[in-house]
Amino acid sequence: MRAAVVVFPGSNCDRDLAVAFEQAGFKVSMVWHKDSQLPDGIDIVGVPGGFSYGDYLRCGAIAAQSPICQAVVAHAERGGYALGICNGFQILTETGVLPGALLRNAGLKYICRTVGLTVATENCAFTDGYAAGEVIGVPIAHHDGNYYADDATVQRLKDEDRIAFTYVDNPNGSVADIAGILSENRRVLGMMPHPERASDEGHGGTDGAAMFRALSGMFAEA
Amino acid sequence: MKARVHVMLKTGVLDPQGEAVRHALGALGFDKVEGVRQGKVIDLDLADGATEADVKDMCEKLLANTVIESYEIEIA
Repeated sequence: MRAAVVVFPGSNCDRDLAVAFEQAGFKVSMVWHKDSQLPDGIDIVGVPGGFSYGDYLRCGAIAAQSPICQAVVAHAERGGYALGICNGFQILTETGVLPGALLRNAGLKYICRTVGLTVATENCAFTDGYAAGEVIGVPIAHHDGNYYADDATVQRLKDEDRIAFTYVDNPNGSVADIAGILSENRRVLGMMPHPERASDEGHGGTDGAAMFRALSGMFAEA
Repeated sequence: MKARVHVMLKTGVLDPQGEAVRHALGALGFDKVEGVRQGKVIDLDLADGATEADVKDMCEKLLANTVIESYEIEIA
């Protein structure tokens, strides 16, 4: 299995994400933001957390226009798998690969702590290792994680079972308690919480590891 | 040509920063403030030949996120 992790100026979870993929058995290539293509033969691309381009203009707005993001969009449009975490989720919404946008937290504060997430669907490669309804503990670390989409979009996400995770106790004002959503073909997941920061005993929790194991298991079978 | 772009959160999208400013104004005794919306102003210096349509294109592609924001263009 092969994964690529994109690195922007200001990314700070790129290594954590690479390690989480590696621990699940992936061979990982790091890809610089100025590259215009992803390595051949990758199974999944990870868009990591951080503060790409200093969060200038809007979180993820500049990154979304970078050469590598055009390649990530093309990869997703071809039906490729992608995982955007935190800033990566913001970037994927800015590119239009995922619907909605991430606003400033309702309480205006940067929040950094482990929160409870309910697995809202197990019907995708990312959450196949969990049971629907299961509650897992995963850290969040964001200032702009308040998911917003208009009513029609939220209803569509619900109807199509595309809400992957919801917050048990909504920390940031996200509409419908949404913590993570799937693309229409269920192959792109964007989420604000950090499963890669809960995938090793040393992290103080390993509830995120099942995501990387499930992905690895699926690509091993393919 | 100079252009000024005003970017605001759309009506109906909660603006927690504007809300915080409203609270702070209230705490200072400005008790007649019923609402505050905060946005941004982007000034563009444009070369000859640039058009308002170009600026609109810039707004749609980068300067505003039209999922949550609206924009207005002023050409000077």
